[in-house]
Amino acid sequence: MAEPRESHRWKWLLCAPALTILVLAASGPLLIVLVYSFLTPGNMGGVIWEFSTEGWFRVFFRRDIFDPADVSLNTAHLTILWRSVWLSLQTTVICAVLGFPTAWFIATRPANTRTVWLFLITIPFWTNLLIRTFAIQELIRNSGTINTLLIWAGVIDAPIQMLFSEFAILLGMAYVFLPLMVLPLYAAMDKLDFRLVEAGYDLYASRLQVLRHVILPLVKPGFIAGSILVFIPSIGAYVTPRVLGGGRTLMLGNLIDLQFGQGRNWPLGAALAITLLVIVVAALLFYLRTLNREEGPRHG
Amino acid sequence: MAEATGRYAPADRTTVAKPRRRARNFDVRHLPGFGAVAIFTFFMLYAPILILVVFSFNAAPSQAQWGGFSLQWYEAAFNNRQVREVSIRSLWLALVASGIATTVATLAALGTTRVRRFPGQTMIYALINQPLMVPEIVTGVALLIFFAAIKVQTGYTGMGYLVAAHTAFCIPFAYLPIRARLETMDITLERAAADLYASPFQAFRHVTLPLLVPGIVAGFMLGFVISLDAVVITEFVKSAGQDTLPTYMLGQLRRNITPEMNAIATLFLALSLCIVTAFFLLTRKRG
Repeated sequence: MAEPRESHRWKWLLCAPALTILVLAASGPLLIVLVYSFLTPGNMGGVIWEFSTEGWFRVFFRRDIFDPADVSLNTAHLTILWRSVWLSLQTTVICAVLGFPTAWFIATRPANTRTVWLFLITIPFWTNLLIRTFAIQELIRNSGTINTLLIWAGVIDAPIQMLFSEFAILLGMAYVFLPLMVLPLYAAMDKLDFRLVEAGYDLYASRLQVLRHVILPLVKPGFIAGSILVFIPSIGAYVTPRVLGGGRTLMLGNLIDLQFGQGRNWPLGAALAITLLVIVVAALLFYLRTLNREEGPRHG
Repeated sequence: MAEATGRYAPADRTTVAKPRRRARNFDVRHLPGFGAVAIFTFFMLYAPILILVVFSFNAAPSQAQWGGFSLQWYEAAFNNRQVREVSIRSLWLALVASGIATTVATLAALGTTRVRRFPGQTMIYALINQPLMVPEIVTGVALLIFFAAIKVQTGYTGMGYLVAAHTAFCIPFAYLPIRARLETMDITLERAAADLYASPFQAFRHVTLPLLVPGIVAGFMLGFVISLDAVVITEFVKSAGQDTLPTYMLGQLRRNITPEMNAIATLFLALSLCIVTAFFLLTRKRG
C-alpha cells in the first residue's frame, strides 16, 4: 500500500510550536548576544547603540587608565581563559582514568546485575548538580567532614584549606561530570565483540597488549564521545567554580557573570560569552571530524 | 566454564618457544585492578551524598560529629516560609514548563519521525538539540539581554519568562524518548485503523496516542527533573522574588550554612530519585 502523500506543510506545522519556543527562548537570543558584543557599554549596565569593537578588544587586551594608547595583554582574562581550558582538560582526563575501569566493570557484570550497576551510575547523572556540588563543599570546607576527621585523628592540627582553590573546582567538576564519561564508554563496551579480545589472548598477547591494541581502539568512539560530553559542560561551568572556587578562582562562566553584574560591561560579557561558544563549537567540530575519521574507513 | 578454559589452552606447545601459562579460570573479561578502581569510583560517587543525607539527621550542627538522631532540621525547613514558597514555585514551574515542552515535543516528534527526509529537517534537529550543546551560562546571559529588553518595552515581569526559558531547554529532553518510542512503533496498526475507515484524527486518538503514552510520560518526567534542577538559566532570567529552590540554595551557600540545607537537599534528592526510578522502570519495561 502506498504511503499517503503528505505535504511538507503538515510537518512544519507540527514542528512550529516547538520551533517557535526554541527560537524565542534559546537560539534567537544568541544572535542578540553577538550583536551586543559590538556595542558600547552603558553606564548602569545595558548598552548604548553605538558600534564598537572595544568589548572584543578587552577580552584579550587592556588599556592603561591614564593613557588609553598604552595597550597591554589582559593577563587577568587570559589567566581565567587558560584556567578554564586547563581545568576542563584535567577534568576530562580524570573522568577518563576513573571512568574507563568503571565502565568496563559494569559491562562485564552478568546481565541481571549489570542494570543495577548502570542504574547506580545514572542516578547521580539525574540528581541535582547543585546538591552534588554542595555535598563536595560540605566535605572539604574547613569545618567540613574531612578536616574535622583528620584533626580528630591527630593527623593535622589546623584545617587544610581545600575549598576556594583550583583543586576544589577540579574535584567538584570531576565528581559531577563523571557519569557523562561512564555512560558513552559503557555504550561502546556493551557492543564490544569479546571474541576479538579472546583472539588477542589466543595470539599470546599480554593483558596490556590486548588493552592497548584490541580494546582501546574498539572503544575509542566511546572515549571521544565521553570526552566531549565532559569537556563541554566543564568549559562552560558556572555553579561548580562559583561554589567551590570562591570569588578569586574564577572560570570563564563566572567572568561572564561578573560583566553583567558588578562589572556593568555587557558588550565585554557578550564577547566573552561568544568566545565560550566558539570554544564549544570548535570542540564539537573536532568531535565530528574524529568521528568521521573513525567511521569512514569501515564504511567505505 | 570448562569448555571456555579449554579454548585458551595453546593448541600445540612444541611449536611455540615458551607459551605463556594461563590460569585454569582465565577470564578474557578480566583486567587487573579495574574492579578495584570501579568500586573506588562508586564509593566516591556516593560517599559525599550519603554523608550529606546522614548529617541531615544530626542533632548537632556539625558535618563530622554525630550528636544523636534528630528531625529538627527537617522541622526547621518545613517551618521556613521562604523554603516552602520557593519549593512550590519550583514544582509549579517544572510542571508547567515540562507539560508545555512535552506537548510541543510530541507534535514535533510526529512531524519528524516516520516521514521521508524533507528539506529543513536537519535544521529542525539542530534547533531542537541546540539547548543540549550551548553552555547554560551563554543561554542565561542571552535570555537576560533579550528579556530585559522585553521587560522594558512591555512592563511585564511575571513568571512567563521563566516558563518560556524552562520550556525551551526541556524540549530536547522530552523530544528524545517520544521520538524513540515513535520509531519503534508498529505502523501497521495505524494502517489497519485507516483500513477500517477511521479518520486520521480517530486513528491518532485511538491508536497512535495510546501506544505513544509511555514515551510521552518518559519525556515529561525527564523534562520535569531537568526543569527542577536548572540553576544557571533561572538565576539569570528570574525577576525579583522569583527564586526557585535551586537558586535559593545557591544564594544560601554563600552564607553560613546550617544542617537545614542538608535536610532540604535530602528531600530534593529523594524527589529526584523517585522520578528517576520511575523513569528507569518505565523505559526498561519497553526493552
